[in-house]
Amino acid sequence: MTANKRVYNLFITWIIVFSIIPFVLILILSFFDGHGRFTVDNYIKVFDPLYLKLILSSVVNATIITVACSVLIIPLTYLITLQRKSSLWLTLFLIPTWVNLLLKVYAFLGILGSDGIINQIITSFGGQPVDFLFDIKGFIIVTVYIYMPFMMLPLYNTIIKIPKNVIKAAKDLGASETQVFFKVVLPLCKNAIASGVTLVFIPSLSIFMISRLVTGNKVMTLGTAIEQQFLVTGDWNLGSAIAIVLIAIMLIFNFVVQGSSNWQIRRREYEK
Amino acid sequence: MKSKITLSLAFVFLYAPLVYLMVFSFNSADSMSSFESFTLEHYGNLFNNTGLLQIVANSIVVGILSAILAVIFGTLGAVAIYQLKNPKKNYQLRQLNNIMILAPDVVIGVAFLSLFTMFGIKLGLISVVLTHAVFCTPIIVIMLLPRLEQIEVSQIKAALDLGAKAKDIVRIILIPNIEDAMIISFFTSIFYSFDDFGVTFFVTGNGFVTLPIEIYSQARRGINLELNALSTIMFLIILFAVIVHQIWISRGGRNA
Repeated sequence: MTANKRVYNLFITWIIVFSIIPFVLILILSFFDGHGRFTVDNYIKVFDPLYLKLILSSVVNATIITVACSVLIIPLTYLITLQRKSSLWLTLFLIPTWVNLLLKVYAFLGILGSDGIINQIITSFGGQPVDFLFDIKGFIIVTVYIYMPFMMLPLYNTIIKIPKNVIKAAKDLGASETQVFFKVVLPLCKNAIASGVTLVFIPSLSIFMISRLVTGNKVMTLGTAIEQQFLVTGDWNLGSAIAIVLIAIMLIFNFVVQGSSNWQIRRREYEK
Repeated sequence: MKSKITLSLAFVFLYAPLVYLMVFSFNSADSMSSFESFTLEHYGNLFNNTGLLQIVANSIVVGILSAILAVIFGTLGAVAIYQLKNPKKNYQLRQLNNIMILAPDVVIGVAFLSLFTMFGIKLGLISVVLTHAVFCTPIIVIMLLPRLEQIEVSQIKAALDLGAKAKDIVRIILIPNIEDAMIISFFTSIFYSFDDFGVTFFVTGNGFVTLPIEIYSQARRGINLELNALSTIMFLIILFAVIVHQIWISRGGRNA
């Protein structure tokens, strides 16, 4: 089977050169200083109070964003699956994900601005104008808006496959609509929630253009910090160390999220 | 009925920012806060802006070139995974393929910036095309694999019985069976390339600009209603593509 081998070799070479070496380079860079000497100083710097605070606030913000998206999107997706033309509804909710992210962020510069429509509404009711831009509020609103539809697809694909008689059985036994949602639907889509949450959490941790455009870098994410080290300060070694920390947080997050959903499956098998 | 109202409200909130953006593209005053009177001036400026048209052309060239590369390597990857019978190795290769999908944009961006600098590749068209091809390839692999797995094994067995060699199997059975999926993945790849900002930002260098990079630098300078006009046009193109796609799906369903 020589042709098989050749296809395999070509593909594995492509992967090694373009998917493995670049990340190994980042790992190596993170252990050197500007003069090419081996050092762990970059990591000591990443864990000093200044950067530790940045990492913590970035994780906290990403958590708030992820929770907000889940609370909005999980019930909404369930409602969509109940509709007769559910796939049409799904398409309608997914179309905005095709619009370029920067244009959506730009729209919010107008909407949330000091004389934008939201503040016009607030002041017309006699309220004080709110500073959404250059503030954490703006960052969270815009990020939730942009990433929330991404959560919908895995959830939809799972909920739509739940057999109708499972839900009917629950109702026959006297469950209310809310009980059906919390006790039947939610437990059955644990895995989908896990992947949906990942689709929101990781980008909100690493996104840099939203905080740059909306908050003028007043709100920093891990992504903003990396971008700044590479393109503004020019300290690639420190930037690489932050990138490695970002990857580490991602892996821990995946481990926890996937672990908890797998645990559920394992327990269910055990109970059989 | 209550659920329809909730869904409709959610729909309105989701589309409101886009509608807001498009409405103000017809505003004669240069602001996104108060609407003065209707004008098509910003559309005129947009089409007379030769710099911008050049940038759109750049994006299209990058999209097509990277999609060609991505379809080639994506097909290779899908065939490689499909033919790898050892379950453990198969799983590992799938995981390796997933690296680029799971990695955050910023990390891919700085990793490629380091790679190109290290190997002395000048930042510009070539670096952008390569980078886009790399992050589109795994998506294409994932699009093509299920199609390969649908092929009847008896077809392959029959060909082997008739004396076909491994490379004939790929050429005569595998590729013709996934041709239509390859065409779709080609356009998907162009879309991802055209849309990407997070990775491209790090590998464009100074001279070379793609459309998202240009939108970013314009948006940083503040409100510019030419951007609103551009949004309207891009939204209409997307809407058109979605409608064509829906019609295509419903026809495909009937044929199958």
